[in-house]
Amino acid sequence: MASDVQPKPVKRKPIEWFNLKGKRVGFWAYVGMRLSAIGLVLYLFLHLAVLSQLAVGPTAWDNFVALAKSPIFLLLDVILIIGILVHGLNGIRLSLIGFGIGVPSHKLMLWLAVILTIVFSILSALAIFSETH
Amino acid sequence: MKLNVKIYRYKPGTEPHYDTFPVEVPETANVLDALERAWADHDMSIMFRHACHHASCGSCGLLVNDQEKLPCVTPVTDYGEGATLKIDPMRNMPVITDLAVDASVVYQRMELIGMPIIRNAETIRPDKRTILPEGLETFGRFENCLECGLCLSACPVMATDPQFLGPMTLAAAERLLAEPRGADVDRVYRLVDDEHGVWRCHSSFECTEACPYEVDPGAAIMRLKRKIGMRKLKRFFGGS
Repeated sequence: MASDVQPKPVKRKPIEWFNLKGKRVGFWAYVGMRLSAIGLVLYLFLHLAVLSQLAVGPTAWDNFVALAKSPIFLLLDVILIIGILVHGLNGIRLSLIGFGIGVPSHKLMLWLAVILTIVFSILSALAIFSETH
Repeated sequence: MKLNVKIYRYKPGTEPHYDTFPVEVPETANVLDALERAWADHDMSIMFRHACHHASCGSCGLLVNDQEKLPCVTPVTDYGEGATLKIDPMRNMPVITDLAVDASVVYQRMELIGMPIIRNAETIRPDKRTILPEGLETFGRFENCLECGLCLSACPVMATDPQFLGPMTLAAAERLLAEPRGADVDRVYRLVDDEHGVWRCHSSFECTEACPYEVDPGAAIMRLKRKIGMRKLKRFFGGS
């Protein structure tokens, strides 16, 4: 009987979350919020671990500061700034639309956030890399 | 126009796979016509839902090249001569067989709201002078929502929370609260002001993109969040 057929249960494989085919700009923002949030949380723990070097002593701190001036660390600083901008600017957008403000313009707000992220990321990268040379 | 139709196949007890069939349809055909051609010419065991063929029943919802569509009104010319149309069942609903999903996911949710289907119609004529046909006292109008489920399929949150009411249900709730018609408004507020209600929505607006009838469930959810917020604020300050 048709009623005896058990439907195949809905089980999304983890890899399917990375299938962005057919997804639109709002979904990209949704993914961006989550990825930037994970990155910022990881950064928070890293930041606390780094700051704990202060408790070890001046030599440990000076060694860390020397490491922090290396190009790879400066690049990580730029990535951090990108993450802050993505999460912060899109967060402002989500706060506004969550209050029903500017909902018809949500895509425009998103593109504005993207443009501001790009502009300030470039300016930050230039500032970071020029300060240290 | 020649096309390839790559169809998701699943029969209970077997592993899912895709079958690809070449079809030829007129240029004026829609994707549903191409699917029916594949069924008629190649494999009559393909299971899929269809009824009205003109986007008023909402039963044929599918994924076409990973996007939620009503194939009955999606022209094949959108994809071009020789294209391969990948056809999948809607997401976030159990697959019964091939392209047919368990649509109770849709109907059980709408039942919770009370399924508003008729609303007081705004005047149709721009000059406001409405002449009613003989025997008719008033115009009624069905809600735009077809209950096709495409928004539930598109919603990324539906995949993470099986109890999430979903965009269709929340849009229906917002519609009912805008025009209650004697409905139990408090009951609806209690239903939507919940971790599985509006607060689970994370504003991806995939529902709005998927909706074939401009219900704009994403915007309805934002309006509902605002309604709930204002109501709580009023009550906090001693209002009702």
